[in-house]
Amino acid sequence: MAQEYKLILKHADEPGYTPDMECYLRHGGYQALKKALALPVKDLPDGKKLSGPEQIREDVKVSGLRGRGGAGFSCGLKWSFVDRKSGKPIYLICNADESEPGTFKDRQIIHKDPHQLIEGMIISCFANDVKLAYIYIRGEMPEGARILNQALKEARAKNFLGKNILGTGYDLEMHVHRGAGAYICGEETGLIESLEGKRPYPRIKPPYFPAILGLWMCPTIVNNVETLCNVKHIVTLSGAEFAKLGTPNNTGTRIVSLSGQVKRPGYYEIEVGKATLGELINDPKFGGGLREGRRLKAIIPGGSSSKVLKAGEKFKLKKKDAEGKEILVETDVLDLPYDFDSLAQAGTMSGSSAIIVMDDSVDIVGALANLSEFYAHESCGQCTPCREGSLWMNRTLQRLTHGEGRRQDADYLGKIADNIPGGRTICAFGEACSWPVQSFLAKFKDEFVAKGAADEARRAQSISGAAAGTSVAPVAPH
Amino acid sequence: MSFQATPQLEAEVNELISHYPVKRAASLMVLHAIQEQFGWISQEAVQWTAKKLDLQPINVFEILTFYPMLRQEPQGKYQIKVCRTLSCALGGAYELHHHFCAKLGLDAHKHGPQTTSDGKFTVEFVECLASCGTAPVMMVGEKFYEGVSHAKADEIMGGCK
Repeated sequence: MAQEYKLILKHADEPGYTPDMECYLRHGGYQALKKALALPVKDLPDGKKLSGPEQIREDVKVSGLRGRGGAGFSCGLKWSFVDRKSGKPIYLICNADESEPGTFKDRQIIHKDPHQLIEGMIISCFANDVKLAYIYIRGEMPEGARILNQALKEARAKNFLGKNILGTGYDLEMHVHRGAGAYICGEETGLIESLEGKRPYPRIKPPYFPAILGLWMCPTIVNNVETLCNVKHIVTLSGAEFAKLGTPNNTGTRIVSLSGQVKRPGYYEIEVGKATLGELINDPKFGGGLREGRRLKAIIPGGSSSKVLKAGEKFKLKKKDAEGKEILVETDVLDLPYDFDSLAQAGTMSGSSAIIVMDDSVDIVGALANLSEFYAHESCGQCTPCREGSLWMNRTLQRLTHGEGRRQDADYLGKIADNIPGGRTICAFGEACSWPVQSFLAKFKDEFVAKGAADEARRAQSISGAAAGTSVAPVAPH
Repeated sequence: MSFQATPQLEAEVNELISHYPVKRAASLMVLHAIQEQFGWISQEAVQWTAKKLDLQPINVFEILTFYPMLRQEPQGKYQIKVCRTLSCALGGAYELHHHFCAKLGLDAHKHGPQTTSDGKFTVEFVECLASCGTAPVMMVGEKFYEGVSHAKADEIMGGCK
């Protein structure tokens, strides 16, 4: 049976646990930092020597940690891309712009255990020779920003930050930078532009890979809040021990944000892949099932940008048989292990690990219209396919939800959605706004067509009623 | 209205500038600081910020016009922001927004922030506030409220003196 496994949220919800330094220290806080700073040079069998920071970077690779923000990219690999020979300063930015609809995990860490994030950041900065770091927190979390500023102040007072940290000769400063209500700032190059004091227009890659040409054209690491917290635990446990948590290639834990129509919405930390989508939705320890009398209709499995899953869908998942041979196993949507790879095989993603559950009371056209309105509002406007496409999709969906639909709207929507992603835009927002439309249409097209057809029929009736005997007949009869 | 920076704002802004190796990076934080004190950002404030950061006013103005949280005109004393996005919508956000608008004599179907004629409240639908598990959620100024029923909404409004 699937269980919660609390690594990152171990203390956050304990009674009496407070976000201040004293409480964090009482719970073993900053021990990992002390361990990291004191790592002796390691002699390798081939005669090479590994410094402390190099050992941490190596250990993060060994841990298999994948980014918790959305893309699930290997953290160790991301760090390995950093240009360390340019002679320019290296910056680290914590992406705390948690804005993907459905996601509310970083909020828990920031509000309840800010020092865990800061410790993870200091270790990550030390490992990457970073002297200046920022926490980019979304503007709508003023309380979170205040808590982080207070925690940074406490960390400076204890010399975990500042000059000559704990007598090691290592200097690091860290500041909080607030966004102001723009989802695009969660895209790492948009975030960098925003931090530089410009409009957050994402940069084109190549050449502007943050690891090479990031903040002020210097090498820059951008990591999610939860990812950075994990670094602390990798140092505490060792990369190899950390990798035992979760499942192969999907290591560690993830905080799953569960919302929508379940009895117990909330955040649940699990070992990656050790609970299925069905368990997360129905198990009394997690979502506790749907409301009485309701049946499952659809699941958005990894934040609003991920492709929707339909109740009853089956997928062929790669598994190993008893002899280690790869076989395909038919798997129901509810039996999908909640991890990066299984959801990718089901044609979607675990993204920011945010599940939105919809039951049979939901108007699926309305649900997509809601998301489309979000994307139309949040497109930064830099690339034409995304700026225009997101608005057109929204306009079409709004007319479908306001009784003005047409039967061919479903095809029209699909055509627009197919012409936004796939390298036509600078950043992945193009994909993010199209995927919901493409997947809702692929799985619930009849509902879109029916809605458009019903609107047409109603209009035809009112026209023929109002203008009987005239030649106005814009809509072909069935 | 001409913009007059207080010594306190001046000190705060100088501190913010010191956080960055490039002055321009402070612009968003400076605009936050101004809006926190004055409630909105006037053209004079844009000029002042540009001067402070060695920028052209357009460099500051283009930020002001991009970010939804930054305001170019005075707002109500209490700013009510109701989350509109899917999980909150499933949890009754539209009904909640409608409730506020009906109580305050505003048009629930109108786009963008709306301020009551007495200048007391500004009501606005905003995108995902990242607390989808406790839908519907909303903010009044910097204060955050979860699981807001209509009764709780009335209580919150009643608390705004």
